[in-house]
Amino acid sequence: MTAITTETDVPRTVESARSAGKFLFIAAIVLICAWVLVPIYLLLVNTLSSPSEVSGFPKTGIPSFDFGSIQFFLSFAGVLKALWNSLLVAVLTMILSIGIGAPAGYALSRFEFPGKEIFRMLVIMTRAFPLPLLALPLAVFFIRTGLDDTALGLAIVHTVLAIPFAVLITFSLFSGIPIELEEAAWTLGCNRLQAFRKVVLPLVLPGIAASAVFAFTISWNEVFAAAVLTIENRTLPAFLVQSLNVSPLHLKFAGGAAMVIPALIFIFAVRKYLFAMWGIANR
Amino acid sequence: MAEIVIKNVAKSFGSFQALHSIDLTIADQEFMVLLGASGCGKTTLLRIIAGLETPTQGEVWIGGRRVDKLPPRERGIAMVFQNYAVFPHLTVFENIAFGLRMKKLPQPEIDRRVNRTAELMHIEQLLKRYSGQLSGGQRQRVAVARALAMEPDVILMDEPLSNLDALLRLEMRAELKGVLAGSKTTTIYVTHDQVEAMSLADRISVMNGGKIVQAASPVEVYRNPAARFVGSFIGNPPMNFIPATRAANGQWQVAGVTLSGPAGPDKLDFAIRPEDLTVAPGGLKATARVIEPLGAHTLVTSDVDGRLFRAVLDSDITVAPGDELSLVPKPDRIRWFDPETSNAV
Amino acid sequence: MSPKALPYLLLLPATVFLLVFFVYPFAQIAILAFSSESGPTLRHVQTMASHWKFGSALGWTVLLAAVVVPIQLAVALSMASIVTKLKSGRNTVLYIFSIPLGLSDLAAGIVWLAIFEQSGFLNSMLVGLGVVERPILFLSYQNVWVIFLAVVLAEVWRATAIVMVILVSGMGLIPKEYYEAAEVFGASPWKRFLKVTLPMLRPSLQSALILRTLAAFEVFAVVVTLGGSTLPVLMGETFQWQFALQDRNVASAYALVILGISIAATLFFLRVLRVPKGATI
Repeated sequence: MTAITTETDVPRTVESARSAGKFLFIAAIVLICAWVLVPIYLLLVNTLSSPSEVSGFPKTGIPSFDFGSIQFFLSFAGVLKALWNSLLVAVLTMILSIGIGAPAGYALSRFEFPGKEIFRMLVIMTRAFPLPLLALPLAVFFIRTGLDDTALGLAIVHTVLAIPFAVLITFSLFSGIPIELEEAAWTLGCNRLQAFRKVVLPLVLPGIAASAVFAFTISWNEVFAAAVLTIENRTLPAFLVQSLNVSPLHLKFAGGAAMVIPALIFIFAVRKYLFAMWGIANR
Repeated sequence: MAEIVIKNVAKSFGSFQALHSIDLTIADQEFMVLLGASGCGKTTLLRIIAGLETPTQGEVWIGGRRVDKLPPRERGIAMVFQNYAVFPHLTVFENIAFGLRMKKLPQPEIDRRVNRTAELMHIEQLLKRYSGQLSGGQRQRVAVARALAMEPDVILMDEPLSNLDALLRLEMRAELKGVLAGSKTTTIYVTHDQVEAMSLADRISVMNGGKIVQAASPVEVYRNPAARFVGSFIGNPPMNFIPATRAANGQWQVAGVTLSGPAGPDKLDFAIRPEDLTVAPGGLKATARVIEPLGAHTLVTSDVDGRLFRAVLDSDITVAPGDELSLVPKPDRIRWFDPETSNAV
Repeated sequence: MSPKALPYLLLLPATVFLLVFFVYPFAQIAILAFSSESGPTLRHVQTMASHWKFGSALGWTVLLAAVVVPIQLAVALSMASIVTKLKSGRNTVLYIFSIPLGLSDLAAGIVWLAIFEQSGFLNSMLVGLGVVERPILFLSYQNVWVIFLAVVLAEVWRATAIVMVILVSGMGLIPKEYYEAAEVFGASPWKRFLKVTLPMLRPSLQSALILRTLAAFEVFAVVVTLGGSTLPVLMGETFQWQFALQDRNVASAYALVILGISIAATLFFLRVLRVPKGATI
């Protein structure tokens, strides 16, 4: 008898342990999702409340859908210009980093040549350096060349931040296109440029767009160099960080939301490429 | 007319010599197979002809034109790749039309050629699909149709069937042979599969270590291997070799049996194909080790003079491991090789 | 154009760009930190080192990295393990997990400010639950450790996602057969994690750790948002010297310190987590 009960009991224990494990597993997922989402939710609550509610106490945690804070933020002197500057710098960064990085990524993926390793080292080395610090010496350099306090000047610093990613990501994208496809195009009457345009480009375009969005996000979020390099033409993060001491709470929260929401959209747009990009960018 | 002449072509990758001074002429409309194990240089040679690789030295002539400095598109060739290289962003129709559009042919001519080759390859009903919706065999057909639609002087094929499963490979092989015979192009076909080579080729170039060991018709390559390598690489099971010592002028001692052979040096290797042996008295003394009935025949792996020796015998033979056999080689099928040079004597 | 020149032509823009805007400026930093009108000098370095905030800025920065990075690694490892085990809903969960990836440190600082400020959500909750009677001023100069904690929370909240993404893609590269083999040989899930996942994840761990540690040394906007200048960090001091005190040379000396500890950390992780030749997947 005892033998039989143990035999039937053992699977039951495993079963219950398994379902308990499953419960824990799901609880962990819910907990982490809440950990990620609740703070963002709270920021949005503050954004969608009137200025007096934002500094009021206690808080309910439920938005009143009052657009007073947003109105205040948008009509605050310099905000719209800062938003526009952020956009401008980010678009310039996107164009520069893909325009400069993608050819390099293509060269690394398609050719074997002396000096390739040196270039790779140069790109990888950029990661060991705190890049926002570049703003310090470049501030002097930009004053001399007339790039100080311009969107292009800041975009150049942001491009240095984005270029290692652009090179490594496009390298992995191009490596994902079998060289046979290009060779087939050559045998079918294409020269190198035509084969690239007609075969490689259509295939990598979504990935290139994703890495462009990535470059955009890097620039959109960058604070230090933006704060150092711009005075009149502040970007949104630079504007916010400079006015932290003097601005009322509701301005801060609306500004924070203005930074967070585009970021959410960007991540959503490139979610498919996130892992492919990082997986190979780290090889 | 598209005779291909390869003169003194060599290729090295860094310190690795992939091809050693190749000379080869392929006649107009000939079906030439480059056969060899992986790493023998056959694909490199094909890619040099295609213009995808630059030779370190030598010349390539196609149809009386020296092409080794020209890019692939100016060589009048079409190529079928091992992984098909069907463009994933284009429909089957646009894949086949790709080269024709590059040639700027008028639309009616493009339609005519695409439809004709699609019909030839039995893919008419797939023209609107994308490569992701095709099976391996169908992709293969698109790749061949795309090459044929170019109406090239030369078609180059790099192991085109190696990614298909065995049954499909058999079917495609027969079909390719028919289609290419009708197309009147010169074909160079790279494979490591000797059966494929035998069944398709007008002539086979057997390659080893970056050199062409023998270039001859399939039967000639099989019957009269120019070198020991050819005999052991072609044929399944491969040729048997036994060292022989000179008994008298033109008489050779092989595992205790005297056989007549060429006059020549002191030592030769005796060689015989497994199917050219019969069980009869007075032959080579063999001890059976492994018996493998294969249906039509029985493969007997035995021990002759301490060496592995295979015989393909009639399937009604009764033999068990350990049995003594006397295997008589067919006199006209015996071949002799010089052990120094490994070349046929 | 010869085909041999093509790769160099394609690399030219990136190379020139990096030389002009990366290599040269970093050389400039070194020069600025050690030069004056009257030739080379250690004055700026001495000014920096003797300033009362330098020691605490360096201390807080290193401490912050030492606390944040291990927590991030542990959390990210659990997140990555969860994600790789998920069958249904994997994409949604992954998307949610990786949301903070796109947020700046400034935005993260503001998000956590909404929670920690005096009229914020934490106080609302504590008062609502009756734990305290009146809202506490968490982020005041008297509560430097609370500020530190808030910064740690904000940093863990924001930047764990990037570590997770790197680890998930690294785990994706480990063939399933290894786990099955380990299971056949009797390894428990925990043992499989220790003996298969972690060692094979070494390259991903290495790049995640380097990336995150360096970013932790560069921490700036979160600290400024949550603590003003109560919690001094190196990047904040650099900014102060550059702007408020208008001294580029001392700011450069600070930059050199950040650069120095960054390179030291990189070399440390490269050495500790190096993968023996031929032991890659």
